[in-house]
Amino acid sequence: MEPGHYLTSSYYERWLTAAAALAVEHGLVARAELEARAGGRFPLSGPALARPAAGAGPDAGQPRFAAGDRVRVRKWHPPGHTRCPRYVRGKAGTVARVDGMFSVPDVEAHGTARRYEPTYSVRFDAAELWADGQQGVWVHVDLWDSYLEPS
Amino acid sequence: MSEQAHHPAPVSPIEHRVAALEALLTERGLVPEGFIEEITRRYESQIGPMNGAKVVARAWTDPGYRRRLLADGTAAIAELGFGGPEGDHMVVVENSPAVHNVIVCTLCSCYPWPVLGPPPAWYKDPAYRARMVREPRRLLTEMGCPLPDDVEIRVWDSSAEIRYLVLPERPPGTKGMTEAELAVLVTRDSMIGVARL
Repeated sequence: MEPGHYLTSSYYERWLTAAAALAVEHGLVARAELEARAGGRFPLSGPALARPAAGAGPDAGQPRFAAGDRVRVRKWHPPGHTRCPRYVRGKAGTVARVDGMFSVPDVEAHGTARRYEPTYSVRFDAAELWADGQQGVWVHVDLWDSYLEPS
Repeated sequence: MSEQAHHPAPVSPIEHRVAALEALLTERGLVPEGFIEEITRRYESQIGPMNGAKVVARAWTDPGYRRRLLADGTAAIAELGFGGPEGDHMVVVENSPAVHNVIVCTLCSCYPWPVLGPPPAWYKDPAYRARMVREPRRLLTEMGCPLPDDVEIRVWDSSAEIRYLVLPERPPGTKGMTEAELAVLVTRDSMIGVARL
């Protein structure tokens, strides 16, 4: 989305924009038709400026980590879409739970290719995340295998 | 084009844009007639926190169910007939006198729809999403849920495909109550973890 439109739009306006942009990209409707019906401009989102660094690649096999393992979130800035929250990048935590195999959103968001990897619930000490000495607070974040490295 | 760039037409109000997209997709047979009304009706009358409340009340009254619920949330919730989109991979986290759980989605608004319905507006607000991982003790206090300093807080950021439900503690003074009576006491906020019962 155009940055000014994104920052001034409501939560569901972003969903509408995404749905309408997909419908136009796939030739289901034309932008001119949308604008004629809506009686004004109908801003859409454009293609992502950056492509993901890696292609779909092979699915991950067995989970690399088990509950109790120490891991660190990769400190990187992937181009394109990701669901690795910025606030845990570079931070160390402990695997609390291993979940099933799930499609990696970094690949899925950019086309029809899919890659499957395990996800983990990783437990972080909030005092380490924010370096503010808060006590007794644990933040669990669900992360795909390729977001992590051994710590 | 340059004329347009200098004097762009006003953006159509969002209601008009929604109606335009819906009308065009419906006319082309891409959205079946009545489909959107049916989805709305279902989420208004059948899918909401009353479902989660039944799960919680069952767990309070049936120790075997509670064990199954904590071991495999998806399967135990399906026993009561609840499941579907945004509830395919459920994990239930249990409160105790020493531990308080709370759920958030920092990236967007992931939420367990089959048991809680669509998320409340504040759950999608950037302030809730940022502060619940940054300073949950303070935010919970502001939201009317102060916790003693020695209660451990576990925040669950549903950043991938798992959806969470908090199993609140059974309130005191409810010993003789039936499962149906207990279900009435269970609030949406207590199952998100921003309230205690």
